[in-house]
Amino acid sequence: MQFLSYLISGISLGSVYALIALGYTMVYGIAKMLNFAHGDVIMIGSYLIFFTFGSFGWNPVLAILLSMAVCTVLGVVIEAVAYRPLREAPSLAVLITAIGVSYLLQQVAQLMWTSNAKSFPSVVAGLAPIQLFGGQLTISVETVVTILACLVIMAALTLFVNHTTPGHAMLAVSEDRGAAQLMGVNVNATISLTFAIGSALAAVAGALLCSTYPTLSPTTGAMPGIKAFVAAVFGGIGSIPGAFVGGILLGIIENLSKAYISTQLSDAIVFLVLIVVLVVKPTGLLGKKVNVKV
Amino acid sequence: MKKLICATLAAAMALSLAACGSSDSTAAAGSTADSTTATAEGASTPIKLGGIGPTTGNNAQYGVAVQQGEELAVQEINEAAGYTVFELQFEDDESDAETALNAYNNLKDWGMQILLGTVTSTPSLTVGAEAANDNLFMLTPSASAEDVALTGDNIFQMCFTDPNQGKAAADYISEHQLGSQIGIIYDSSDAYSSGIYEAFVAEAEANGLTVVAQPSFTADNKSDLSTQVAQCQDAGADLVFLPIYYQEASQVLIAANRTGYAPTFFGCDGMDGILGVEGFDTSLADGLMMLCPFSAYGEDETTVTFVNNYKAAFNDEVPNQFAADAYDCVYAIYQCVQDGVITPDMTASEMCDALKGAFTTMTFSGTTGEGQTWDENGMISKEPKVYTIQDGAYVLAEGETA
Repeated sequence: MQFLSYLISGISLGSVYALIALGYTMVYGIAKMLNFAHGDVIMIGSYLIFFTFGSFGWNPVLAILLSMAVCTVLGVVIEAVAYRPLREAPSLAVLITAIGVSYLLQQVAQLMWTSNAKSFPSVVAGLAPIQLFGGQLTISVETVVTILACLVIMAALTLFVNHTTPGHAMLAVSEDRGAAQLMGVNVNATISLTFAIGSALAAVAGALLCSTYPTLSPTTGAMPGIKAFVAAVFGGIGSIPGAFVGGILLGIIENLSKAYISTQLSDAIVFLVLIVVLVVKPTGLLGKKVNVKV
Repeated sequence: MKKLICATLAAAMALSLAACGSSDSTAAAGSTADSTTATAEGASTPIKLGGIGPTTGNNAQYGVAVQQGEELAVQEINEAAGYTVFELQFEDDESDAETALNAYNNLKDWGMQILLGTVTSTPSLTVGAEAANDNLFMLTPSASAEDVALTGDNIFQMCFTDPNQGKAAADYISEHQLGSQIGIIYDSSDAYSSGIYEAFVAEAEANGLTVVAQPSFTADNKSDLSTQVAQCQDAGADLVFLPIYYQEASQVLIAANRTGYAPTFFGCDGMDGILGVEGFDTSLADGLMMLCPFSAYGEDETTVTFVNNYKAAFNDEVPNQFAADAYDCVYAIYQCVQDGVITPDMTASEMCDALKGAFTTMTFSGTTGEGQTWDENGMISKEPKVYTIQDGAYVLAEGETA
């Protein structure tokens, strides 16, 4: 029973990683760049929800929608200002820019809201935890909502990419940007759309992350962001189902090693598993092997 | 493709490492050096006090509290004396040893004669070694690791040391039979938390308490503490000892509440501030017990005056023990000025020799304790008091006298 409870909270943590990993993986798949500022967009989104929902007492759904809207705009603006001018630059330059944007967002948040941690109110507060097996297993509502939200978003996103025109455009750009452009796909608009979707998901991830682990500070997004990036690579970067599988597995591994091996070594174990996977399968669990013709 | 992934992964690793080391240090841009400038020319030149602490970064709330406590005390003393007794310059160290050393050198260039800092333990060890070389008197308001005072005979502490707290907590718990099955959640990456933890475990065993679970976390994986709480719950702990800072403690309380786990929680002075966490439901802290040298809800005259003046000066903010310790530091130095131990014309080294002698023999009463003395190592004789949180306020626990 204990095992089950650790497993479920692992899946819940993994669902949050998966949602964040989606943002990384989509942007990587389409723009071939790592948006390290993604974790900080989550943080900004969470602060918005903290103020609208926590302080002003808005309806949680309304607060999340507003936060999604603001994050979408933020993501598109970051892309247009910081990344678009570097479209043809070496990928290292873009990577450094992304790290710069990440620190910029953290510092701005610190200036605006100070570094004092805030206690994030749960967006599903007031609902009693679910008791199973005669009270032997207690699952908090946050956990259930997180897992459900992740499943719904994942399904919606898969449908969107595979069955709509903008989705097809995204697939085309990710396969061959040059050819897609020749076929009349607006590459810049497609990349902007990717950033918009990724950032909107970041706002949802922020709400779920902070509801489950209720401390909010300007560095809140940093570590989950890095873990989610690992999850994306783990599952095969560029692949949407890969982000999902990678995120869930990472969450489970992290939580179980915390519970049964060592709370201190859990991160080391997570990264060790990643190294092993990459040695055996360099493209990640569900990654596609790309043959480059010379 | 493979190369690109390798390169980016390497970069990610480097970034995550950088993020580990820098969670305290890089999160801050620019330093906010604040100085209380002399406005009135007095009878003599002022004594230059230097302060160092994290006013930005993760531990900013401690640095800011210390800075404000010191500023308030300097302002009060200068006003009461009618001339500028002290001049204070406070430098930011982002809780980082290297930055603290730079801050220390800046302050020395400015002409600092006494150092009231640093705020956190790790920078204190570095700055302390340097101050010992320079023979510059260092009085830290809040760096509570035992090693800080042992770094040099010029270093004195205003706060009690970590082992002292762990021992006191274990004694209090066994004396009042608060629990027999003890769970402990601590931060293994933090000197403060592990110092208390070790002393607590040793004393708990000596007192016949059983430690049934002792999960830990580190600065990098503290976003989720629910597993640690679940481990205490599964082990059947009826008291959970939390030698951690209040931010993490608030997470523990929320996680325990969600799964309906309600043991007695017992914390140390790092818990001070939990009622001030924005957005935190303070009813969850009801019944929480903690060791603390200072309560802003105390009724003695020194405390009331301090709290009222502090609130008036800083937007109604309720001072925590960091501010109180810092405030006491300035008054302890002032006591030496009034006793004629030090005069502004002394060099920093002469002042240090005079203060070393004075501190080991004098008795000091302030907001954080009455009749306190320092031993030759520079550690203070401060009695931790146990408070219980009731209806959002600190109440002295059973068997404690104000």
